[in-house]
Amino acid sequence: MAVDAKVAKEIIAKRVAMELKHGQLVNLGIGLPTLVANYIPKDVYVTLQSENGMVGMGPTPEAGKEDRHITNAGGQYVTINNNGAFFDTAMSFSLIRGGHVDITVLGALEVDEKGNLSNWIIPGKLVPGMGGAMDLVTGAKKVIVAMQHTAKGDLKIKKACQLPLTAKGQVDMIVTELAVMEVTEKGLLLKEIHKETTVDEVIKLTEADLIIDENLKVMDL
Amino acid sequence: MNKVVDYSVIKSLLRDGMTLMIGGFLGCGTPEGIIDLIIEMDLKNLTVICNDTSFVDKGIGKLIANGNAKKVITSHIGTNSESGKRMNEGSLEVELSPQGTLIERIRAAGSGLGGVITPTGVGTLVEEGKEKILLNGKEYLIEMPLKADVALVYASKVDPFGNCYYQGTTRNFNPIIALAADTVIVEAEEVVEVGQLNPEVVMTPGVLVDYIVKGDF
Repeated sequence: MAVDAKVAKEIIAKRVAMELKHGQLVNLGIGLPTLVANYIPKDVYVTLQSENGMVGMGPTPEAGKEDRHITNAGGQYVTINNNGAFFDTAMSFSLIRGGHVDITVLGALEVDEKGNLSNWIIPGKLVPGMGGAMDLVTGAKKVIVAMQHTAKGDLKIKKACQLPLTAKGQVDMIVTELAVMEVTEKGLLLKEIHKETTVDEVIKLTEADLIIDENLKVMDL
Repeated sequence: MNKVVDYSVIKSLLRDGMTLMIGGFLGCGTPEGIIDLIIEMDLKNLTVICNDTSFVDKGIGKLIANGNAKKVITSHIGTNSESGKRMNEGSLEVELSPQGTLIERIRAAGSGLGGVITPTGVGTLVEEGKEKILLNGKEYLIEMPLKADVALVYASKVDPFGNCYYQGTTRNFNPIIALAADTVIVEAEEVVEVGQLNPEVVMTPGVLVDYIVKGDF
């Protein structure tokens, strides 16, 4: 299944959006995870957190209506809904570490079959820092990794992460343009595949061993 | 009691080698005027404690690009190319701390607590050199408090006694760093009369503040 990055991201964002339940508090990471907000079903009301200090984050403001006092965790101008709240960083991370955030969606450099995640450093090459990622992954009730299945041909879903970890054993689910996988005690369970791929292709593009679910489904996008 | 001064007084409070805590998240809620003052004074060997090193041309990022800091304790440097470049050259020491841990270390120092016991960072590079403890069957790291000589706080509104109000997401680290430094300086967008800030909406009590300067935002 060959799709360009834009289409792949759209598939991933749509599928992740289906995981969000009415009434949940959700933190969407910068980049691809942010796109999930565009696909939340109309009948599902979720509250979005931005870890720099708000819940009830709204959409991007119209051009000319930006308020420089209201930005998201990526430094972009955003809005706040009329039921939202602002707070300081200590409160923000109490929400995160304290288990009040139901779902966090993040990207990954590598993720492995034990639910380990690497997404904050490539030693000697790129050292952006962990920001809030370690706290989010450690504290949120459910951790979803949303990423393209491979990176320029390199396999990202590993038997064991080679890069330094963001957190140990905290990932619950991996969603790519090809597949939906759940981290279980026995390993990675392949739950769904995209209609244009095959189990064989997913296995070929995944370094980790996959357990094929008896009820394997096609992604219902 | 009036704590409002002009920038020349602020200048007399800042010196080479100091440890500064500075508010802001990617430049939102940063006292830009005091940053510019530090650049103008060309202070050296500063240790800066902050959420992130912002962008090359904004907020704390300007200090890094200008070479005022020898060390930064922060959670993220990825948006400022100068931070990584200087780190690789060896002219800037970077200590990375997870965001939630960093703010609690500052809060601990400012609240008289001996440290922070957190699960964040267990099983990662962050635990290197740190004590771990097992509580109720779960592993935690012990993280040490962080103090500073001076806290540089942004406020949207302040009264002459130092009561602060922060608008929108400008609050971030500001009220917490105001607890954890020997000297607390507030740069505000607006200085209002005493009595104009409803005590119910004061986010940092003025008793914590030493000096106030009116910024030009």
